[in-house]
Amino acid sequence: MRYIPNSPEEREEMLASIGLSNGADLFRSIPGDVQLGRKLNITDPLSEPEVIAAMEEMAARNTAATKPSFLGAGVYSHFSPTIVDHLIQRSEFFTSYTPYQPEISQGTLQYIFEFQTLICQLTGMEVANASMYDGSTAMAEAYLMAQRVTRRNKIVVATSVHPEYREVARTYTKHGDAEIVEVAFDEETGRLSDLSTLDDKTAALVVQSPNFFGCIEDLQALADAAHAVGALLVVVVTEAISFGLLKSPGACGADIVVGEGQSFGIPMSFGGPHVGLFATQEKYVRQMPGRLCGVAYDKNGNRGFVLTLSTREQHIRREKATSNICTNQGLIALAATIYMETMGKKGLQEVAMQNAQKAAYAKQRIAEIDGYSIAFDAPTFNEFVVRGPRQASEVLEKLRTESNIIGGLALSKYYNERPNEFLVCATETTSKERIDNLADALG
Amino acid sequence: MSNIPENLRYSKDHEWVAADGDVASIGITDYAQHSLGDVVYIDMPRVGDKFGAHEAFGSVESVKAVSEVFTPIAGEIVEVNDGINDAPEKVNSDPYGDGWFVRVKMDNPGDADAMLSSEEYDEYLSTIG
Repeated sequence: MRYIPNSPEEREEMLASIGLSNGADLFRSIPGDVQLGRKLNITDPLSEPEVIAAMEEMAARNTAATKPSFLGAGVYSHFSPTIVDHLIQRSEFFTSYTPYQPEISQGTLQYIFEFQTLICQLTGMEVANASMYDGSTAMAEAYLMAQRVTRRNKIVVATSVHPEYREVARTYTKHGDAEIVEVAFDEETGRLSDLSTLDDKTAALVVQSPNFFGCIEDLQALADAAHAVGALLVVVVTEAISFGLLKSPGACGADIVVGEGQSFGIPMSFGGPHVGLFATQEKYVRQMPGRLCGVAYDKNGNRGFVLTLSTREQHIRREKATSNICTNQGLIALAATIYMETMGKKGLQEVAMQNAQKAAYAKQRIAEIDGYSIAFDAPTFNEFVVRGPRQASEVLEKLRTESNIIGGLALSKYYNERPNEFLVCATETTSKERIDNLADALG
Repeated sequence: MSNIPENLRYSKDHEWVAADGDVASIGITDYAQHSLGDVVYIDMPRVGDKFGAHEAFGSVESVKAVSEVFTPIAGEIVEVNDGINDAPEKVNSDPYGDGWFVRVKMDNPGDADAMLSSEEYDEYLSTIG
């Protein structure tokens, strides 16, 4: 259905047919003392070139998208094939709404089903939902789900999980009965090794891999430790491209996998909108939040798709709902699906390999510089922490002003006790030349 | 005409109880399974969970609705029909036999006697149409 605004003549005609002479009469039933009584305080209309100029001026302030940048930390610079934007801008996709009526939404439901299937394949899990708002809220929902499944309240989470994700999860659980216990990572390896807080009151052990410092966790060992006390292992993945190279969390024993799909062809967009991933094992499906698309057959044996297990959702059973989310990131999930299907298995492996190789080269070049070292010795994917000779924020400011390079993220932003360290990310979009420039500027 | 075995006791929430000493088996009646339609899943409590009279101990989900299931008598769950979710259609085909839900150790063994008899339940059904 196309949206075409009504002309003044059409409005007059509609008003006349119900016996009114002006639009304000439609609001007669609202008491005068609560009516605004004035025009909204917005600017006069701008012409098309004025709008474009205003937007371009604003966009130009987003330097991380235009300068050479080594930023990562949960939002990544990756190449999005042109086909992604081209297809999602088709009006059938761009304007379509939630597929409540399966009989007229089979296209939407089919791509949701494909998205879910691809996420299952990449995470190594049995069932995935139609997506969440973003990685951080997906993680918060995983805390709540683990509590419901185990009927326990304690959540043990590593401090190497993205600090903003942990903050969001704290907000989500603030008024419930979750007891959140944060555990520190090993100073040498950067991995989680202290599991002493796991006990029979633990609902879940929550870890990120690769973690905030870029270190790849030993997920199998963590799964075994969690299961030994009857707790679930929740694995958080902020860099979805890592699925192209690392052993899947499902194959390592994860019970719930959550994460961020932004790396699959979605622009960084100064923080969003992005798309949350949520996958689990079949036995827990009824405790999973979010929209879920299933395949079914009509009475003639024809295959169709439909939203299913709706009694998990709040519009069907309010107090017993698994969450208050009753939507997904439809268009973004579609873009991610088109990305995954365009890249395919081989493409995803290749892009992941390029990420790993670029980062390994950057790591090697920086480690050679006097006064600089790699902070943690666990294997990394496309991010790693550099320890320098003085305040990282100073080092990075100098890189920015003198060399026009955004060299990374100072850890002191989140970890006060780590003033001289910064997080560096290299992706397939980072050229060797840029890495050499960074190393030369640091040296 | 719904099936209402004479040897069982009934509640107005359409559960049946079969008492054996101080342990009561509980399920839903033929009327209930028929009203629900094809049952697809039963949300069960755990052994050891305790409930008061008329408290919901779980829910039964069919293709068209989800209904809470109540225990007519107070007690502790001592057994749960674990296999029922592998074949939930048994609730429709054999509601008084294989379709049982839980077994409860009654706080007061006499509570079952205070429930409706098969005639009383039948009469109750005719009033609700």
